[in-house]
Amino acid sequence: MANLTINGKTIDVDVEADTPLLWAIRENVGLTGTKYGCGIAQCGACTVHIDGVAMRSCGVSVSEAVGKQITTIEGLGPNGALHKVQEAWIANDVPQCGYCQSGMIMAVAALLKEKPKPTDQDIDEAITNICRCGTFQQVREAIHEAANA
Amino acid sequence: MNQHSMPKLNRRAFVIGTATAGAGLALGLDLPFGGPAVVRAADGAPEINAWVVIRPDDTVVIRIARSEMGQGTLTGLAQLVAEELECDWSKVTTEFPTPGQSVARKRAWGDFSTGGSRGIRTSQEYVRKGGATARVMLIQAAANEWKVPASECTAANSVITHTPSGKTTTYGKVVEAAAKLDPPADVKLKDPKDWKIVGKGVKRLDTSDKTTGKTVYGIDIKLPGMLNAAIKDCPVFGGKLTSFDEAKVMGMKGVKKVVRVNDSAVAVVADTWWHAKTALDALPVVWDEGPNAKVSSATIAKWLGEGLDDSQQAFVGNQNGDVKAAIAGAAKKVEAVYNYPYQNHATMEPMNATALYTSDKCEVWCGTQNGEAAFAATLEASGLPADKCDVHKLMLGGGFGRRGQTDYVRQTVLIAKQMPGTPIKLLWSREEDMQHGLYHPITQCKMTGAFDADNNLTALHIRLSGQSILFSLRPEALVNGKDPVAFQGLNASGEAAIGYTVPNLLVEHSMRNPHVPPGFWRGVNVNHNAIYLECFMDELAQSVGQDPLEFRRRLMTKHPKHLAVLNAVAEKIGWGTPAPQGVYRGIAQHMGYGSYVAGAAEISVTDGTKIKVHRIVAATDPGYAVNPAQIERQIAGSFVYGLTGLFYGGCTVKDGRIEQSNFDNYNSMRINEMPKVESIIMPSGGFWGGVGEPTICVAGPAVLNAYFAATGKRIRSVPLRDQNITFA
Repeated sequence: MANLTINGKTIDVDVEADTPLLWAIRENVGLTGTKYGCGIAQCGACTVHIDGVAMRSCGVSVSEAVGKQITTIEGLGPNGALHKVQEAWIANDVPQCGYCQSGMIMAVAALLKEKPKPTDQDIDEAITNICRCGTFQQVREAIHEAANA
Repeated sequence: MNQHSMPKLNRRAFVIGTATAGAGLALGLDLPFGGPAVVRAADGAPEINAWVVIRPDDTVVIRIARSEMGQGTLTGLAQLVAEELECDWSKVTTEFPTPGQSVARKRAWGDFSTGGSRGIRTSQEYVRKGGATARVMLIQAAANEWKVPASECTAANSVITHTPSGKTTTYGKVVEAAAKLDPPADVKLKDPKDWKIVGKGVKRLDTSDKTTGKTVYGIDIKLPGMLNAAIKDCPVFGGKLTSFDEAKVMGMKGVKKVVRVNDSAVAVVADTWWHAKTALDALPVVWDEGPNAKVSSATIAKWLGEGLDDSQQAFVGNQNGDVKAAIAGAAKKVEAVYNYPYQNHATMEPMNATALYTSDKCEVWCGTQNGEAAFAATLEASGLPADKCDVHKLMLGGGFGRRGQTDYVRQTVLIAKQMPGTPIKLLWSREEDMQHGLYHPITQCKMTGAFDADNNLTALHIRLSGQSILFSLRPEALVNGKDPVAFQGLNASGEAAIGYTVPNLLVEHSMRNPHVPPGFWRGVNVNHNAIYLECFMDELAQSVGQDPLEFRRRLMTKHPKHLAVLNAVAEKIGWGTPAPQGVYRGIAQHMGYGSYVAGAAEISVTDGTKIKVHRIVAATDPGYAVNPAQIERQIAGSFVYGLTGLFYGGCTVKDGRIEQSNFDNYNSMRINEMPKVESIIMPSGGFWGGVGEPTICVAGPAVLNAYFAATGKRIRSVPLRDQNITFA
């Protein structure tokens, strides 16, 4: 049993301590916006915020997440409203299949918190998520738009 | 015909065809025709016809039979229906009918298959008629109510107006009456010049939920009492499952059952997928690796290489003049050998499906590019008839051709069948997905060109050697043994025609089918055929000291649409004008899926091994452009997929199995490697071409030709990582 704080709520989760946080979030807590893509922290589809830092939840165990503030895509916007990154995503019609986009949006939200006006080079360095549909051109445009919102 | 080893003949496609075409008729289902006067959607709203449901609050529900996997077809098809329906676009929503419903209604929704960039182009006419028919019925219902002739009424934005009196009503108010009317025998479709919604870059209808995590993909479905399964198939294709020791894992947390799925796969069923996967990793399994356990990339390459020799049998795909005589009598001959590897689709969402089987019913929930094929697989695997089965389509986390096949659906039903009454979700690990794909087929190609004494190209001989997709997946579609799809982009005419006229031309294919299963992939055969043809065109131009663009133009005078897109990219990239310092250009054109495409690249190269792709200009003439904003996104995305394949792709074979296992050894382009892609959408009208795939094929040759311009070195082998060349 682990006590996790996800999107501001404290939840007792019946999992082994070494369970990847990704699977605890998806299967035990039931928040499926966070996606499985590779399981080895390569693709970024499972990105969540842990104490405000973008982390690949497939590579973080439940025990490492205990006592920390975990934010998933479902809890990104303030009080259920859309986060400015989500708004920019909608305005720019960024997603194609959309599967990687939860992780992409979480990574971008963390970037903007650290660097409110990122340069293209900042984006290149910080955003390493895989998108097989190839939405990168719209991702870049939407990041700049969100930064200027 | 040579066979490396005889692949397991897969007759599923044939079974699918007969199952879906015949099932509804044969079963005598309780068809809605002759039943209640009005067919109702699940929420009770009346259906005007199979495509259009209108709710009393004027909401329009447009049914979409094709699948949405990111390519935007859902929005494009809705635009086509809405255009003719004259409804308020802001009130449009969509839903997927199920293949079971379609079969029960004599295939009311036609083909569900979503591949080959066909989603819009092969259904545009009947979905537009669906919208137009509904409009006519709604207007008639209003006219009946007002007791005026329908010819005095018009409709726009879901409002019907009686022009002489100025009276108005809305679709939602007359829908009940409209649904009871007989549909008109024929309707006239709008002239494209009058389109108001089609041709506009309207926003996608499925974006919002994709930004909040609400969209439900196959992997996300939850059913009461559901269990989760992890699967392992024999790592060597064609091998078998000999035995497994379930006693070793049955005591592990959450494990419910270990099942033999079929003759080659085992699965663990547990409360959570993580428990199932953990137990599967610990499960001792014995495989009979079968006759392919010694096959390697080297043995495949050798066998394909032998097929390049003219002494070996080959199928002729396109021929004019006498190539061999022209080459024999040539003043100058140029020859080069190219190759293109296996590629995995690597959809971001690994294969998965969920099934609930009981003794008299089987339901499946999954992302699929072909609802009817998934339905047929459900029938076959469950052993139940069509009126006892259905498939509920969910959003796809990528398709690229992979989800046109139904192996994962079949496996899921076979597991669920062993646990009746319990919903089972089967999810493949990324490793399973990487090693049990249906791969972009492997080929080699010998290109030979001949010139006369005045440096005119007199002959072109394209000799392909390698794998056929149809041989494996749709053998009934072979034409006297020949796979017509292998010649994509090299045909004399049709939707994938070569854009050059050469006095003596021979395109042939020595079919060699290794045991690695091939499948359709984004752009599939045009990817390699365009590299072979367009890189070699550059080689030919260089061999006679001519500009690559001018050399092509002289051969394209009889191919004005191919030439138009080529000219468009040449002009926009600034061909013939100086490039920025250290930047070099390459150009290519091709045709596939009914669309004419061209691409030009600007790159710089460091140390001969680090390529920076600065800029891509890409043009397409798809005939009609339903949603230019989405076409732009498909073009940009196709370069990510195509350049990923060129730089990082390539699945290699060792000991009969695929060596790559995850994104750490099968990499994918990231945002820092993404060039700026400038799209030119130039629909010339009169035909309907595809969008999702065509431009992918010029990505490779445009960059490779630019690489030659930069370095003087020809690259004839894909992927570049094998030559230690990568993105800067």
